[in-house]
Formats: sequence, structure tokens, C-alpha cells
Amino acid sequence: MQESLLVYRRLRYLWVASALAAAAVVAYALHRPPEPPNGGTWLGYTLGGIAAALVLLLAAFGIRKRAYASTLGSVRGWLSAHVYLGLALVVVMTLHAGFQFGWNVHTLAWVLACLVVASGIVGTWFYLRYPGQMSRNRAGETREQMLAELADLDRLAAKQAAALGGEFPDVMMSARDRSALGGSAFAILAGRDQSRVVLPGAHAGGSQALPNPSQSRLLDWLGHELAESTDGERTRQIHELMTLVNTRRGLLDRLRRDAQIRAWLDAWLYVHVPATTMLLAALAAHVIVVFLYW
Amino acid sequence: MDPGHHRIAIVGAGPGGLSAAAHAARLGVDHVLLEASDAHAHTIQRYQKGKHVMAEPPVLPLRADLPFEAGTRETVLTRWQAGLEAAGVNIRYGAEVGAIERQASGFRLALKGGGAVTAEHVVFAIGMQGNLRRLEVPGADLPCVQYQLDDPDEYRGEVIVVVGAGDAAIENAVALAAQNEVVIVNRIDEFARVKDGNLKLILKSIESGRIGCYYRSNVAAVERAPAGSARPFVLVLATADGEARIACDRIIARIGAIPPRRFVESCGIAFPGPDPMALPSLTARYESSVPGLYVIGALGGYPLIKQAMNQGWEVVEYILGRDVRPADHPLFEEKFAKLRFGLTVDDTLARFQERIPLYREINPLQFREFMLGSQVHRPEAGAVIFRRNDYTDTFFAIVDGEVEIEIGEENPYRLRLGAGNFFGEMSLLSGRRRSATAYAGGGCVLVESPRREVLKLINSLEAVRHHIDRHFVIRAIQTAFAPNASDEELAAVAERAKVNDFKPGAVIFTEGDEADTLHLIRSGSVAVSRNIGGREIVTSYVAAGNYVGEMGLMGRTRRAATVRANVATETVSLGAADFDALLARNPELRQKVQALVRRRLAENARIAAQPQTGDIVSFLMQQGIGEATDVLLIDEGLCIGCDNCEKACASTHDGTSRLNREAGPTYARLHVPTSCRHCEDPHCMTDCPPDAIRRAPNGEVYIRDNCIGCGNCERNCPYGVIQMAAREEAGPKKAVKCDMCKDLSGGPACVRACPTGAAIRVGPEGLLDLVARVER
Repeated sequence: MQESLLVYRRLRYLWVASALAAAAVVAYALHRPPEPPNGGTWLGYTLGGIAAALVLLLAAFGIRKRAYASTLGSVRGWLSAHVYLGLALVVVMTLHAGFQFGWNVHTLAWVLACLVVASGIVGTWFYLRYPGQMSRNRAGETREQMLAELADLDRLAAKQAAALGGEFPDVMMSARDRSALGGSAFAILAGRDQSRVVLPGAHAGGSQALPNPSQSRLLDWLGHELAESTDGERTRQIHELMTLVNTRRGLLDRLRRDAQIRAWLDAWLYVHVPATTMLLAALAAHVIVVFLYW
Repeated sequence: MDPGHHRIAIVGAGPGGLSAAAHAARLGVDHVLLEASDAHAHTIQRYQKGKHVMAEPPVLPLRADLPFEAGTRETVLTRWQAGLEAAGVNIRYGAEVGAIERQASGFRLALKGGGAVTAEHVVFAIGMQGNLRRLEVPGADLPCVQYQLDDPDEYRGEVIVVVGAGDAAIENAVALAAQNEVVIVNRIDEFARVKDGNLKLILKSIESGRIGCYYRSNVAAVERAPAGSARPFVLVLATADGEARIACDRIIARIGAIPPRRFVESCGIAFPGPDPMALPSLTARYESSVPGLYVIGALGGYPLIKQAMNQGWEVVEYILGRDVRPADHPLFEEKFAKLRFGLTVDDTLARFQERIPLYREINPLQFREFMLGSQVHRPEAGAVIFRRNDYTDTFFAIVDGEVEIEIGEENPYRLRLGAGNFFGEMSLLSGRRRSATAYAGGGCVLVESPRREVLKLINSLEAVRHHIDRHFVIRAIQTAFAPNASDEELAAVAERAKVNDFKPGAVIFTEGDEADTLHLIRSGSVAVSRNIGGREIVTSYVAAGNYVGEMGLMGRTRRAATVRANVATETVSLGAADFDALLARNPELRQKVQALVRRRLAENARIAAQPQTGDIVSFLMQQGIGEATDVLLIDEGLCIGCDNCEKACASTHDGTSRLNREAGPTYARLHVPTSCRHCEDPHCMTDCPPDAIRRAPNGEVYIRDNCIGCGNCERNCPYGVIQMAAREEAGPKKAVKCDMCKDLSGGPACVRACPTGAAIRVGPEGLLDLVARVER
């Protein structure tokens, strides 16, 4: 409905970035330096200067994003420019290097810049892909609303389990207490469900916590109890409890999915931002080294 | 002399009553101050601990024998207490006046607890809060029964019964349920007349078992539980199924307050109208229609502490027969200086009332208060007073000279108004932008009054309401259909036109009905819907300032669509014959209306082909966008949840974000966050004691720094977008809300800070366009 950051102002920054990259390519092709193309020719210095300016401009996005009262363009325009100019940077800096790579700080700066751009491409892809999924998964509810709903379901399920008596209250309480949301960063990103449940042990006297992904183990057990029941009223109650557990399962899955999407929307920045800092350091080293050891 | 007889009896020890008593004591006048509760300034005593009390309005000097300046509740109360003792005020606590009778000389005040006091003069200073309704059952005096809840966090692990089904009862019950077992008792079988949010909250809490509820139940008695019981008290209920007994620790009865008006009327004091907002008729010396009976403070229409204290001082002077100038006299002198009339303040005020027929009906005291809030102007000839499409909503009366109103866009026509006339009532009543431009003529003297002051007048004086209504109808017809017709030509049509009120959701007309009237929407907005394949599909939304129903009238057919009010809506309706006469007057008008009909038909056809669009329009209407002038929406297909919008808002607004991105409903990718909609007729403005909520010329509704932190606006906003927060570090809590970054260049920070373009702001004009784009 609203235009995405890629098509901002009829692709204004795609045109700017393409023109910049194209100009660099043409200049490089026409340039006939006495030695093989490298950063030391007049074109090499020019491209190097442009690339360094681009890096600073791209890094300045982080400052502009937080300068909330700034009237210097909109953050959206800046991001659109950030994406396209970042792609152009790869072209400009590679031509600046004249395709000469080695085990040195100069190539390190190039590698880091490529890493920043690559993580940025991944981030852009996430930004385009995930919001719609997140919105559909939430189905108009906020996380707080979902958690409140979960608490309500827990209360109703506990009530129903208490009415059934026997092993039901303990089983339901263990399923509730061991329902996992979150966990390690890896578990969240993978969307893994580490829920467990303690069922009355098959072995005499023992109970053990069993994996209960998507509440499946609990539902199996309830299904088993349902099949065993011969009392009409009791069957109805177990059935009702199963319905509650099923609703609860859906809710837990949605909460987990929500956390997963949010985690991915953030995760790429853990590469992008540190790599940018390292790039700035490497770039500074590259510039100093070039001018000191000319 | 009789010890129960006094020269002055003052009823109510609020700021006004305290000040009157202190002044009487200082002058050595025999007096008694009667207070129903057991402490002075009962309302302020009930403020939460440490609450900041403000001294508004700052321009008004304090004239009292008690000290008062802004400070914490404790400081204010302690200083008053010390002042009372120093002055030697004769105060009687626990003395609630039940009835006042006139006697041969003076009055007899019967006290509820028995006994009576007689006095030559009575000063009423009882405020507007009214007395809390109490349980009247056996055991209601047990210590477990309370009528207030100061801090719900004080209680833990108790069984608490909340009696009542209003907003206060629900809010208390829900807050207490976090740490206690709560049961709510409702006299009827539903929660009627409560805020929507509270209704949802309580029903959900009851459904999920967090709060227990007894419907159709009345409190029969409160008893002590037998020794050894788990809970010390028992509440006995009479329910539809017989008696129920609830073992409990505490009973909180929130069963409303008895408004003071009935009591005041029972004393013989006349009110000018039945409206609950109406104020008693008073003279310039605060004397009511009963000679010797005076009314000061909030009950007389002066809700601020300083005003009430000044009046307390003045009323004693007046009773003693002294001629003092009111404390606001120098303010008027300054205000009127530029008029160069060479008249005294009182004569200038009298001249205004004499020259402007609309103001003749107002009593001098009320007019003085009205003028204190108003401005006088002497604009140069040709100067613009306001422009078409400005968002201002003040009201103007012409004292001298002439004003020209330019109506219409394409072929503007200038209407001349002379002295005694008024203008600006269109925006005043609709909350919409100015529909015309006003220019000053030669020798022009104007009174400009803020919307709130005028609404107060309209509500208390039927004559003023009628006068302004009639004028509005004429101007509305001129603007929409007959720019070049004079007031006289339209007077007959206006007399036949009707002003209609519609509640939210009410049907204005139904598809298939015979078309016999045209509705000009004066305030609010309407949704147009059609029955397509057995389903009602909203096809359009029409804002105030436009009209509906023309389609049926033009073709003399049946209604092609159903029109409903989205929000509380007022329309002016014209009969078919009058509309025909207007069309006959002006051939261009017929073409204009025909063009509108064509446009609307095309729109309807387009939307009927895309039923989802209609659903989105209805969703947005349910979210109150029907009364919005500018609303923040979020395209969830783009929102990455970074909350940069909130961060930008907080960072540009003293650290408190005025929007909550995540909260609020979503439909078809469109998310309506909790954020101000800048309503056409803002609910928050309804009851702001210092008049701190204003509308800027561009439409932004904002709260000025003179907010006293009372929280009325927070409660009145149906969208929950106002919060109480400190504006500066360690400062008092005041109301804060979105001001659309009116003081920042570059527009709203939330939208400018959105990295993906998900955050957008739209007004009524852009709404249908946006909805059409959701499809893509």
C-alpha cells in the first residue's frame, strides 16, 4: 500500500547510485595509466576519495536515525539512499583497488566493506519480507494481549483440570510451568519449542519431564485419557480441556513465531553494526598507511 | 444573643468558603462555617499524597486573608489550617446542611445530624462534586465499608467486594484484582453507561474468572462474621435467586454522587435552563435569585481555587454593603485600554451588552466572566480576521463598524455584517475549519471569545442557543447553496430547517426510503452504506461541512444508500420543497449538485466492486477516524517494529512518547496506534478547568503549560491517547498528548523518523484515497 523504501520517490536513489557506479566503470575502462590500475593513479585517488566519502555518508545514517529533531530529509529517504549507495560502494571501491588484493590492511578494509554490504542486503531482504508475516501472525493483537489471553487460558484450563481431579491438575500445572517461550538466542531464531511436560510415569512411582513441542505430548496424553473415559460428563470435560490446550498451543506458537521474526529483524544488525565499526577502523588504517608509506 | 444565630453562615469549607470565613473573621463579623466532612477542603484532602496543586490563572491576583500559592497538597492544606487558626474562624465540622428555609429575617439552616443554625446571610460554597452516595443498609457503618480507593496497591490477598457498576467501580475492581480476590455487585443485568474500554475490561475479567460478578443484586446488609471465620465480614446480597452471602475483608461502594443542583434548587435558587451544565442565575455581587443567599466558587461557574478564594473575600465585602472592585478589575482596564472608549470598565461592559443583542440575555456577572476570557480588537480596515480553511474556532461579535465575510470559492461573494451581528459560529459549532474568510471594515471593534466560553453560554441560556442555531442554519445554507442570498431571503427557509442530533451509529436515512430531505452535516461525520448481495457494505464517508441525501432529491427517487452517524453527529435538514426553491434560484447550483451526484455514483460503483474497501472504511470508522482531522496510521506490511517513531516522539517531547505504536487494532495491514486523532470536536476539551487545551490554526489539538493536572481530559478521551506525565524533571504531572510537532519545523517527528515509510498521517480528505491503495 505505502511504497517501500526501495521504490522511494520513484527509485530516486537507485538512479543516483547507478549513475555513480556507471560513471566509475566508464572512467575505469577509459583510463590508461602507465602502470596497472591501482589506488595510486589520479583515478585511483578520485575513486578512493568517493568511496571514503560514501562510507562516511553511509555510517552517518546511524547518526541521522537518532537525530529525531533533524529536518535534514526524512529517515526513510536516508535509508533508501543508504541501501542503494551501499551497493554502489562495492563497485567504486573495487575499481579503486584495481582488483589488486593481498593479505594486508587495504584488502581487510575491502573485505569488511563487502561484509557490511552483504549483511545490509540480508537486512533489507528481512525488512521487506518479515513485516507482512509478523502482521499476519499477530492477527491484530499485541504481544501483551496475547500474553493476557494466555494467562486467561491457563486459568480456565486449571479450573477445568481441578474439576476433573485425579492426575489432571498436576499434569496441567507441569505443562503450564514448563511451557517455554524464549530461551537462548539460537532457540529463538530457530523458533524451537523447548516445552516439556511431566506425565504420570509409566514406570511405577516415577515421573519424568518429557519434551512437549507444540503441546503435542500433552495432547496425546489427553487423547489417551479421552479414549479411556466411559463417563459421558467426564468425556465432555476432557474434550473441553483439549480444546483449551489446543487454543493455547496456537497462541504459544504465534508468540514464538513473533519472537522469532523480531529476533531475525534484529539479528543481522549484530553483524552489520560491528562490521561497520571495524570497517571505519580499517579504513582509517588504510588511509594513514597509504599516506605515511607513500 | 442566640448562640446559634450568626450574621453570615457559610456552607462548605472549600477554598471559597474558607476564604469567606477567614475574611469575615478578620473583619470581626459574626459568622459560622459549616462543613459536612471532618476536615477543611475535603476535595483537596482526598487528592493523592504529594499531588501538586496549581494556582491558575496566573494573571489573576489573589485577594484573600488566607495564603495560597502553587505547591504540594500538604503545604496548601497546612497553610490554610494555620490561616484558619490565626484568623479565628468559627468552623463546625460534621455539619451537613439538609435544608434551608427563609424566615422573617434571614434563614434557618437545618443540619442533617439534628439542630439548626440561623443566619441573616447565607453563602453557598459547596462546589460541584456533590456528596457521595452511601450505602443505607444495616451494618453500613462497619469499618470495612469505604467509599474511596486511594491506592489499590495498598491491599493484598484480601477478598474485596466492589458495589456499583459505573466507571469508578470498574476501574477500582480491575485495579484491585491484580492482588486481591474481587467481586463486583451490579444492580442491573448489564454494565450500562460506562466507557467502552471499561466495559470490555470488566466483561473480559468476569468471563475469565479474574473478577466475580453478581448481577441484578442489591446490598441488603453488612455483618461481622462469627469469630473464627476466615474473613472478618459478610456482605448480604438480595439477588434475583434469593439471598447470597459473601465473606469478605472490605467493601468499596462506588455508587455515584448526588449532584448539588437538586439541593440548591430546593433552597429556591433559580437556574436559567434544564441543562446539567447550567449555572444558577447570579447578580454581579454573587447574589442568587433568593435575596440574601449568595453562591460562589465552582457552583457559580468558577472552578478554579484562586477565583473561588477571591469571591469568598468579595462576597463578605458585598454583604457588608461595601463597594469593592472585583480582583479582575485591572485586567479589564488593560484589556479595554486599546479601545479608547473613555468609559469605565463597568460602562464598557454595559455598552457591549447593549450593542450586541445576543449578549443582552446574559446576567452581568456571567457576562463579566465571559469577557474575562474574551479579547477585544480594533482591526485596521481591510485586515483579515480569519481565513477560509483556518482551524480556529473562536466566536466574534461586532460592537462597532462593519465586517465582510467572503463566502464561496469559485465566485466569492462578500456579505456585509454591521454592528450587533456575530460571526464565526460555523467552526464553533462544527469544530471544522473556517468555511469563509472574514475581513474587517472601517471603524471595526470586535469581541473575540474562545469556543469554551461560548459553549458555556449556549448551554446555560436557551435564548443564546436559539439565536446562534438560527444563524448557523442561514450561514450553512448560504455557504453550501446560495452564496448571494441575503439573510432576510433565507430567514423563512432557516425557520423551517431542523437541527437534528444523532447518536453514534444512529440511522439518518435508510436505503429504499422515500427521499424527502437533505442533510447538511454540521458536526460529526457519517458513513454511507449499501446493501450488496445481502451484506451491508460501507461505500463512503462524509465529513462535517458536506451534505448527504441530494441524490434522492435530485431525481425524486428512493434513497440509494443508508446513511449512519459515525460519531455523535448534528445535521441541519431541509425539506424537498425548500431545496427545490434554492435550486431554482441558482442554475449553477443545479449543475454543481449534479456533478456531485455523478462523482458519488462513480465512487459507489467502484467500491461496490471491491467489497473489502468497504470493510476497511467501516473498520476505520469504528476506530474513531470518522471524527479525526489528522491521524497516525501504520502500514504493517512495512513496519519492522523498530519503535523509532516512539523514540522520536519521546525525544522531541520531554522524554514521554505520546504514541504507543504496538497498542491499537489492525485490519488489512492498517494499524491504528494509540495516538491522538485531533478530533473535529475534541472530547478532551469538554471539561478543562483552566481551558488549557487549544486548537492551533492548522488543526493540532494541544495542551498548554497552564494544565493543572486534573486528569479530566485523560478520562474524557475515548481513544486513550492522553497521559499524565511530568513535562520537566521532577515537575508536577500534567496532561501530555500529541501536538503534531507543531513547534518543530518539518512536521511530525514520528513520520519523519520512520525508516521504512510505514508511518503515515492522513486527514479526512486523504482517507478514501488511502483505503483504495490498501487494495494494491
